[in-house]
Amino acid sequence: MIASAAFDILLCLLIVTVAVGSVAARDLFGAVALYIVYGLLLAIGWVRLGAVDVGLAEGAIGAGLTGVLLLGAAARLKAAPDPPRLRIVPLLLCLAVSLGLGAAVLSLSVPQPGLVPLVQENLAASGVGNPVTAVLLNFRGWDTLVESVVLVVALVGVWALAPDDLWDGRPGAAQRVKRDAVLNTFGRLLPPVGLMVGIYIVWIGAYAPGGAFQAGTVLAAVWLLAIMAGVAEPPPVRRPLWRALLVLGPAVFLLAGLHGTLWGAFMSFAPAKAKTMIMAIEFTLTLSIAVTLAMLVLGRPRRPA
Amino acid sequence: MIADAVTVLLIGAGLFFFVAGTVGFVRFPDVHSRLHALTKADNLGLGLVVLGAALQAPDAATVLKLVLVWLLTLAAAATVAQLLARSALEDGAP
Repeated sequence: MIASAAFDILLCLLIVTVAVGSVAARDLFGAVALYIVYGLLLAIGWVRLGAVDVGLAEGAIGAGLTGVLLLGAAARLKAAPDPPRLRIVPLLLCLAVSLGLGAAVLSLSVPQPGLVPLVQENLAASGVGNPVTAVLLNFRGWDTLVESVVLVVALVGVWALAPDDLWDGRPGAAQRVKRDAVLNTFGRLLPPVGLMVGIYIVWIGAYAPGGAFQAGTVLAAVWLLAIMAGVAEPPPVRRPLWRALLVLGPAVFLLAGLHGTLWGAFMSFAPAKAKTMIMAIEFTLTLSIAVTLAMLVLGRPRRPA
Repeated sequence: MIADAVTVLLIGAGLFFFVAGTVGFVRFPDVHSRLHALTKADNLGLGLVVLGAALQAPDAATVLKLVLVWLLTLAAAATVAQLLARSALEDGAP
């Protein structure tokens, strides 16, 4: 008991220290490195709270994918002039926003006993056994649908940065990797295992921690590794098949939601069909999330198709 | 009871190698010896921690997952060590 309390206190201190270190770091690379450590520690914190789903998402997306995106941004900003120095007015504004948000959250009245009993009562009708998946895909499917669309919109924003002559080009730099070199071997060794882990995470999400976002991140990482290792080539952004993959998940989700209007309300699933529909949404959403996240990391088109 | 004692011993030994690897990472003078300390000692340390944890696993599937975690970490650490070492060499590290 005392040992676990000591561990939690130490973990909290570490999280706060690393967060302050990330904000106060002098160079961009150091700030991003500490931010990744911060995300991993936060994932451990979520696991300590029993929120394994959130821990997985934080580790995969918060630390891993966001970390890679920020590293890429930091590398591109290197050529930029001196990083801006600390300015008093923006600092005060940020502090005011943070304090205001904190006060707003603290002043919310939390109805006891919350929504947990309601979710447990209706879990049988949701089609899945994992309450987190039931909330994300069924009870509050709206939020997840919009989240998956936001990702695609973000990618459209990245692609819009392409210069005119590369509008249909390939993203990412050309990789020169020797066959049978270390990275090439690793890039051929890992994808089979990574594919299995990704499919496992989305499948297990029906009754244990896991789901489309975590699995999609794993699959995106596998694909990016294969690209870096010279095993796969990123497709030109114009190819219809890949564009279809990007919107497949949100489209299936939307169709399933529309189907709900036939028997009840928009975005509601009949209990008898809920499991099938949720699994269809989860698997297609995983594919779309994987392709979208990987393409976000690859960035705008950089070379001719 | 015996399994618990062996677990404590194995995980204790694993933690020792993690500490040793971290001390090496902080104290060693150049990139290559630091990489050596990190990837060799930590891989052994993680192997011992996995062994210790495997003794507490409820079923064979959990043991397999633990071993898979160790193997994946081994492969990733070995690959990353090679890549970092080469890029340090190309940047002119001693």
